[in-house]
Amino acid sequence: MTTPNSSNKSTTTASHTGADTGTAKELNRAALVQLLLLILGSLAVIIVVMYALNWAAQATGSKSAATDAINYEARSISILIEQEPPQLDAMKSTDQVSGSVLGHIMEGLIAYDVNNELVPGVAERWDIRADGATFWLRADARWSDGKPVTAQDFVFAWKTALEPATASQYAFILFPVKNAEAINTGKLTGDTLGASATSDRVLEVEFEKPIAFFEKLVAFSTYYPAREDFYKSTNGRYGADADTMLYNGAFTVESWVHNSSMRMEKNQQYWNKDSIFLNTIHVPFITADKQAGVNLFKDGRIALAQLDGETLPTALQERWNIGRLADGSVYYLEFNHREGRIGGNLNFRRALQLTLDSSELVYRVIKIPGYVPGTTLFPTWLKGKDAPFRQEYPPTPIRPDREKARELLATAMAELGLEETPSLVVLAGDTPLARKHAEYMQSELKKHLDLDVKIDRQIFKQRLAKMRAGQFDMVMAGWGPDFDDPLTFGDLFASWNLQNRGRYNNPELDAQIRIAQGSIDQQVRMDAFGEIQRILIDQAVLLPDYERGRVFVADPRMQNLGRRAIGPDPDYSRVTLLPPTAEEAGR
Amino acid sequence: MWIYAGRRVIQGIITVWFIATATFVAMHSVPGDPLLSDKAMTAEIRANLAAKYGLDKPVFPDQYMTYIGNMLQGDFGISFTQQNREVNDIIREHFPVSAALGILAVLFAALGGILWGALTALYRNKLPDIIIMFLVILGISVPSFVFAALGQLGLVGLNSWAGQTVLPVAGWGTVSHMLVPALVLGLSTMAFLTRLMRSSMLEIVNSDFVRTAKAKGLPPTRIFLKHQLRNAVLPVITVLGPAIAAITTGGFVVELVFAIPGLGRYFVEAVQQSDYTVIMGTTVFYGAFLVFMVILVDLVYGLIDPRVSVE
Amino acid sequence: MSESIQQSDLVLSPTSFKPLVKEDSEQGISRPSLSYWQDAWRRLKENTRAIVSLYIILGLLAFTVLGPQIWGASGATSDVDQISKAPFANRAATIVEPFEPWDQSKVTASNNGLQLDGDPTTQAVRLVWEPMAASTNGYRIYRNIYPTGPERALGLPLGEVFPSQGTYFEDRLDLSPTYYYYTVVALGDKSRETQEFQSHEFDVTRVITADEAVEKNLIESSSDVAVGDEVMLAWHPLGTDYLGRDMLARLMEGAQVSLFIGIVAPLIYVLIGILYGSTAGFIGGPLDQGMMRFADFVVALPFLLFMIVFKIAFGVESGESGVLPMLIAMVVLLWPATARLVRGQILQIREEGYIDASRLLGAKSSYLIGRHMIPNTMGVILVTLTFAVPSAIFTEAFLSFIGMGVAPPTPSWGSMCNEGLKTMNSTPHELIFPAVLISVTVLAFNMLGDGLRDALDARMRSRE
Repeated sequence: MTTPNSSNKSTTTASHTGADTGTAKELNRAALVQLLLLILGSLAVIIVVMYALNWAAQATGSKSAATDAINYEARSISILIEQEPPQLDAMKSTDQVSGSVLGHIMEGLIAYDVNNELVPGVAERWDIRADGATFWLRADARWSDGKPVTAQDFVFAWKTALEPATASQYAFILFPVKNAEAINTGKLTGDTLGASATSDRVLEVEFEKPIAFFEKLVAFSTYYPAREDFYKSTNGRYGADADTMLYNGAFTVESWVHNSSMRMEKNQQYWNKDSIFLNTIHVPFITADKQAGVNLFKDGRIALAQLDGETLPTALQERWNIGRLADGSVYYLEFNHREGRIGGNLNFRRALQLTLDSSELVYRVIKIPGYVPGTTLFPTWLKGKDAPFRQEYPPTPIRPDREKARELLATAMAELGLEETPSLVVLAGDTPLARKHAEYMQSELKKHLDLDVKIDRQIFKQRLAKMRAGQFDMVMAGWGPDFDDPLTFGDLFASWNLQNRGRYNNPELDAQIRIAQGSIDQQVRMDAFGEIQRILIDQAVLLPDYERGRVFVADPRMQNLGRRAIGPDPDYSRVTLLPPTAEEAGR
Repeated sequence: MWIYAGRRVIQGIITVWFIATATFVAMHSVPGDPLLSDKAMTAEIRANLAAKYGLDKPVFPDQYMTYIGNMLQGDFGISFTQQNREVNDIIREHFPVSAALGILAVLFAALGGILWGALTALYRNKLPDIIIMFLVILGISVPSFVFAALGQLGLVGLNSWAGQTVLPVAGWGTVSHMLVPALVLGLSTMAFLTRLMRSSMLEIVNSDFVRTAKAKGLPPTRIFLKHQLRNAVLPVITVLGPAIAAITTGGFVVELVFAIPGLGRYFVEAVQQSDYTVIMGTTVFYGAFLVFMVILVDLVYGLIDPRVSVE
Repeated sequence: MSESIQQSDLVLSPTSFKPLVKEDSEQGISRPSLSYWQDAWRRLKENTRAIVSLYIILGLLAFTVLGPQIWGASGATSDVDQISKAPFANRAATIVEPFEPWDQSKVTASNNGLQLDGDPTTQAVRLVWEPMAASTNGYRIYRNIYPTGPERALGLPLGEVFPSQGTYFEDRLDLSPTYYYYTVVALGDKSRETQEFQSHEFDVTRVITADEAVEKNLIESSSDVAVGDEVMLAWHPLGTDYLGRDMLARLMEGAQVSLFIGIVAPLIYVLIGILYGSTAGFIGGPLDQGMMRFADFVVALPFLLFMIVFKIAFGVESGESGVLPMLIAMVVLLWPATARLVRGQILQIREEGYIDASRLLGAKSSYLIGRHMIPNTMGVILVTLTFAVPSAIFTEAFLSFIGMGVAPPTPSWGSMCNEGLKTMNSTPHELIFPAVLISVTVLAFNMLGDGLRDALDARMRSRE
């Protein structure tokens, strides 16, 4: 009797399941139809939203015009800048991108030409003496609103830059002018500055002490002019936007959408506007991503792209013309010479000097043409008295000798009373290159000297804080030049220089630096720099790693592009364009 | 409903105040300050600078009180790195950019996630399911920086193949600039939502009320839309709130690669530069935005799910 | 049934009925009873994909823990002779004399275009050329790996030679054993390039000095070989990275960081999220409100800033790897998303009929949560967990990307991906291997999560 019962049950189950699958199929079909409808519906929603966003984006005005890299008809080019200029107030500007833009829109008393020679700018002639200088301004130099550029404008700009409240980081570059330093530290008022306008067109400058390279300083952006009435009318927003600035350079900023785009137009008031070929420089892109730059160059959107080790193979494949230049800065390993730090020991430093091979670093690890293996603090491009400085004063050659290095390390450890090899902390930056470099150095020191090195990678401000507080054994540091004289590097390790983060203190070195700073006889000064170079190498105060270079691709139709280690770089202001060839025009 | 919403807003304001305080404390406990620069400066000049920015006063209570006071008046101060720009301007100019990109990305992610998720659940363990799940896994196991780079290379390839600019490679301004960056930005969220949607769909399909609905003989179309989809979407909506905030403010890599002037770049750079005012401004703004999104999602939740009452 | 009712002529009498004999055997449970977990395990075992993924995960753990013991190479030793080498690249190198600076005074001037001084080797290529008439400001030297062709694609600008330096140039930049096309262009007025140039191509051979070979343990002592002999460079089965370090060893070491961060952090914060979210959702009321506002607060904290704060708070000394503070930062800051998700589910489940039924039957809260609510949210939880794994790995990678990640030389898969991405065109293996490992990990966790969900989910069980 149980059998029919159970079979009965199983049939119900079966029939139920059958019905279920039937509904499931029906349900699935219905669901699919609905899903398709939903897909269509959501596509419609997306399209509507996109139109709304398009409208909104245009309303906010922050758009990059779809411009070609080069437009011969319109006499315009498009470029990319790596970062947003923090501001275009020349008195406060510090970074290289601002410097480049400022070079297009402002002009100092003296300027650099395309071949990096000093040429008259706002001043048509000048006279520099031991105790001061006189500049005669040209009559046709005008601001973009048509008013003349006067000597008072320079005096005002310098005073403003020196005022403590302005907080200009580059105020120190004005210190050769009499009383400048005292004004900057708040000890004297601005009126005592040793710069005065004897007339609208004559500027008299008194020096604090004799200086041998003042004309090179005057080309620097902190020495650019600013007009008092306009400056005051901006309520502290001078240089923050396109309309809160006055221009006296070859171009004016017509529009500036922060972090997005910029447009520069030829300045119709510029005294030398006939020498300017370009009507417009578009800056439709702001990004530091090198790969993006190369992609944009390949797409014909920008006229110049910076390359790095990773993007070089693409440039080779694309058969582009690659250019290179030294960007001026020198990178080195700095020791901490403070009490209780191992970097104070000469034999230890010499051991590292004989271990690390900067040519292997540059040729095998960094692999970027344009980088030069470091041999001294003074880079190859510096001028000496008559010839390049490095030709007049060749640095002592150092060849890696790991055998000797191990002996020196043993001596150092005995001197320091250490039993086993110490563990060192090297402070490094957060860039990919800094990481690569630090890892290479770590591996080399382990391999050859059995030294354990810890890499302390820190983001920018934290690294500066640690450098300032001396929390490192070694730091990977770099220095970019401010003016075209060996002194920009020469005084870095003076005991009083705050930039001397490792607190190196050597009276013999200090004496030479004083000579180089105080004398105006170039032979005496260069001899002093030669001595400084010798001491720095003999004492292994720092270990030079490399001179940084840049590799780039530029559109071949662009001529007269200015590239330089000191001053605005890159400089498009004198660029001329080649007319399109018949073949290109036909396309 | 309105009383509930009002109460939530008040709670939200208190939450934002907490966020501001915690960020303030964290920011000041990190070494390094915005006045440090590559060029070393003398003690006098540094003191002058500190006085100018009010950093010479003790952090507690003076700086904190000043800060909160200004914040209540809607003033976040002036950026340290972009010295002539107010933080308010930075947010006002760059948030809309991030938001526009984010809206599109969220739209891609949410609609795509719901659709693909529902589809995979319907075809569980069949070919469409397997293909979509494989793509999902690819979508989550490849980081956004790889997709961003590949996306851009793809655009270059597309343009050179077409011989003209089909879609711009980078930059900002029109919807054509947004399309690929938004897709890249929304991709991982889309993958996540697909997976979530599939999972919750599978549960719903077997739930009592769906069976009841079938038994009642409701038309299949009604069952799917009213019962399955509506219920399955709930977990998706729960995560959508924070996801919207994360997407609209977190596109650092995408913004960098595609040269988009959004707020995400500012925040990362501000942290690296110890730019106090920008850190505070963006964090408080982001916090307020997020809290607001969460409140909104909770309210929407109450509307969609009959079982959850907002009271 | 309806047919039987129609049989109206059926006659029933009391004798037609008899009592049913009670048969115990039919009512008994014939199979051993299974607990929830036993059943889950049984069903998991039946799921082939889940089991395969379980083996993959075990394999990954073995790769991480046992791998470095078996494969003895160190991932920290760089080798500048084998930078970014693909797997199975040619490893032969010829023994040469140690590198000596070039004494140009002994070089005979070229009278036949661009020529070489000595053999072209990976140590150096020394070029000598004929003076060019157009050169008033020296020369610029280019090198290409592709033929220059009619469009004059000269390639890499290696350097400039000033008039005072003669007509010599030594190239040591990243030389690899391949064909190079060298071009020397005369620089005219203002250092502009003129149309006058000389070019030549050379086949460079890979070389190594005897001392270097000893140092790298390729040979016993330098007396074993003579100049001109061939030695094999060290073998790297998966190639090398940008410093010539062994990829296999680095992937193993990287697994320790990535799997630790990728598995431990999500496990902890998802667990915290579950506990927090279920408590809030179950109890409800003001406590729920308060807890969720706290979660909102944590979500809004800036991750980057607090990451640095944790690094300092946990006293990470300069140069320590910093994996632990990263883990703590993730756990402390990332749980709220899971908590919100779980709470949302619990709020929904709380209203279900079976919860009321269970409660009426006298179930305690802990039983309700543990037995009904959490198993029913398992699907969503596992999805979160499987997604948390790659997102944790990439968070670490992103931190490395902006210079705040694990201290070098400790590798991680994420940061290796990051580095590999940049050279993806020229040396794809540096991106592919770490990316494949991440994908395999994610895939395994996804399939395992799927299997677990099917095994644990109470509702799925009722389907079968």
